[in-house]
Amino acid sequence: MMNRIKAGRVTRRDFLVGAAAAGVAIGAHSRIARSAEEKKLNVYNWDTYIGETTLSTFTGSTGIEVQYDFYANNDELFAKLKAGNPGYDVIIPSDSYVADMISLDMLMAIDHGKIPNLKHIDSDPNFSNPPFNPGLKYGVPYLWGTIGIGYRKSKVENPDSWGLLLDSDKYSGRIALMADARSVMGLALKYLGFSMNSQNQAELDKARDLLIKQKVHIKTFAEDNGQDLLLSGECDIVMEWNGDIIHAAEEDDDVGYVVPKEGTQVWIDNVCIPVGAPHPENALLFLNHLLDPQVNAEIANTIKYATPNKAARELVSPEDLANPAIYPTPEVVARSESLVSVGEFTPAYDKAWTEVQAA
Amino acid sequence: MQNWRRNKFAFSVLFLPPAAWLVIFFTLPLAIVWVYSFGARGPLGEIILDWSAVSLGNYARSLEWINLEIVAKSIWIAVVATAICIGLGFPLAMGIAFASPRYRNILLLLVILPFWTNLLIRTYAWIAVLRERGHVNFALEWLHDTINGGLAVLGLPALLGAFEPLQLLYNQNAVIIGIVYVNLPFMVLPLYATLEKLDRSYLEASLDLGAGQWRTLFSVTVPLSLPGISTGVLLTFILALGSFLTPDLLGGPDSIMIGNLIAQQFGSARDWPFGAALSFLLMYATFIILWVKAMVAKREGGSAF
Repeated sequence: MMNRIKAGRVTRRDFLVGAAAAGVAIGAHSRIARSAEEKKLNVYNWDTYIGETTLSTFTGSTGIEVQYDFYANNDELFAKLKAGNPGYDVIIPSDSYVADMISLDMLMAIDHGKIPNLKHIDSDPNFSNPPFNPGLKYGVPYLWGTIGIGYRKSKVENPDSWGLLLDSDKYSGRIALMADARSVMGLALKYLGFSMNSQNQAELDKARDLLIKQKVHIKTFAEDNGQDLLLSGECDIVMEWNGDIIHAAEEDDDVGYVVPKEGTQVWIDNVCIPVGAPHPENALLFLNHLLDPQVNAEIANTIKYATPNKAARELVSPEDLANPAIYPTPEVVARSESLVSVGEFTPAYDKAWTEVQAA
Repeated sequence: MQNWRRNKFAFSVLFLPPAAWLVIFFTLPLAIVWVYSFGARGPLGEIILDWSAVSLGNYARSLEWINLEIVAKSIWIAVVATAICIGLGFPLAMGIAFASPRYRNILLLLVILPFWTNLLIRTYAWIAVLRERGHVNFALEWLHDTINGGLAVLGLPALLGAFEPLQLLYNQNAVIIGIVYVNLPFMVLPLYATLEKLDRSYLEASLDLGAGQWRTLFSVTVPLSLPGISTGVLLTFILALGSFLTPDLLGGPDSIMIGNLIAQQFGSARDWPFGAALSFLLMYATFIILWVKAMVAKREGGSAF
């Protein structure tokens, strides 16, 4: 049983079990792990975040049918699984969410013996032993990337600093930031010279005030569609995930991507198996499949994100490997940070973000 | 006529399924959320519900100035959107009610038609209409170029200068346009229901006795359709107050409404107890409005709806 009663404290999941007994969560927990798993796998992933042939080759070699479902952001994934796993076998959360999910017993430890392709992962400790998932005990790295500045080359010259987005009226009314509390607050902190994971109220207040002051020049906080705002000509300079801008640049030569000199947020997404997965054995086969150099390179070549798979990189197009928007230089990575959970300090971020939005 | 209440068996057969549905899928989940609203947020966003953590803290927090500001702004946006809905909806409903029966159903269908398309898609369509390189600005640019071109033909200098697209999207006005658009049918339908049943002889009497069209409208038609107006206003206002998608997609950096604040608690803030408390405050406010309306209707001797 995945749910444990912790001494003196009823967690949400314990509460849900009670509710399920009362007949509320009909169907949510009805799947029972079987000794011989049916040939099915339920994958919950970001949209457009897999290769074109990934699933068909998996079904071809194992006979397992893949049921595929999308989420739009980590929060959606987290909220859905926090209420009890509705039947997913494979999920792809980002770094800090992996850490939180591990702490909340939401992820299954994976059996490395069943993933021989794990040997292909780059031995760089950022990938092979990341702080949010020591020893890759609860999942394997999938793809990684950065947040940076997407811009229209004909309108914006050499955007080398977050200051152009956060502390300048040069592109007034042509700026979009992301609608993501931790990333936007974090990059404002970074611009001010603090850590993106600061737990210092005074620093957070400075970042908040910076954003409030800049708001008159900001067109909107984009819901993961900064690239569309660039393409449609609505904005000239936006804060976005690198992959989104790279795709936009494929459609429009005039779109560029750069990581500012202050450094940025580096993220790694991870393939994990949530607790309560109905087909954990199939899920392990799928994890191994994703790490196969051929399969992995096809994914990277299709969706243009950086792969932590060393053997797969041999098969990635040299153009992509040389593109700093996809594979940032070690100097850029050294100046950057990953988001880590700020624990008890999270409400302070949320409050600051609410104040920015309401101001 | 036999009272349906007397036939207990038929009554319970018909009553049980919807009642069970309501209890299982509405009352119970709502009760769970209500319980959450007294809990606390754990350091990782878990919900702590033991007795020592149970408190009214979330309700106290929702009365913090910053949250009241957002509530006040949401109410203001809902009021403006509702007012515009009346302004547009009343003539529209009157037009449909007084149209010949042949066209009436077609016109009604046209009002309901947008519901057949998903709200998300309709909202994205507004982005394509309102953005800088959207349909409104294209039309304006065409008009602008035509005028300038016409002046050039006449040998006059281009009076209008270069075309500057209007900033129609990502601001409060876009949010209000979106909310009005989404909720207009909820204003038109109750208004139509009242106006259609209106006894036309009152209007004829008013006109026969020398009142003009406008006087008849404001002294006879409007007062007689007050029940429809109040129902439409209530529906529109309540729905507008809880808007979440529209400000998210059409709004600018300061378009946060109470619905967005609640959504953030269940998403990035991972503070379900606080989100639950905010949701219930919104619901209490709605109940109070409905109660006031019921009281007023009772005093006037009419039914609540």
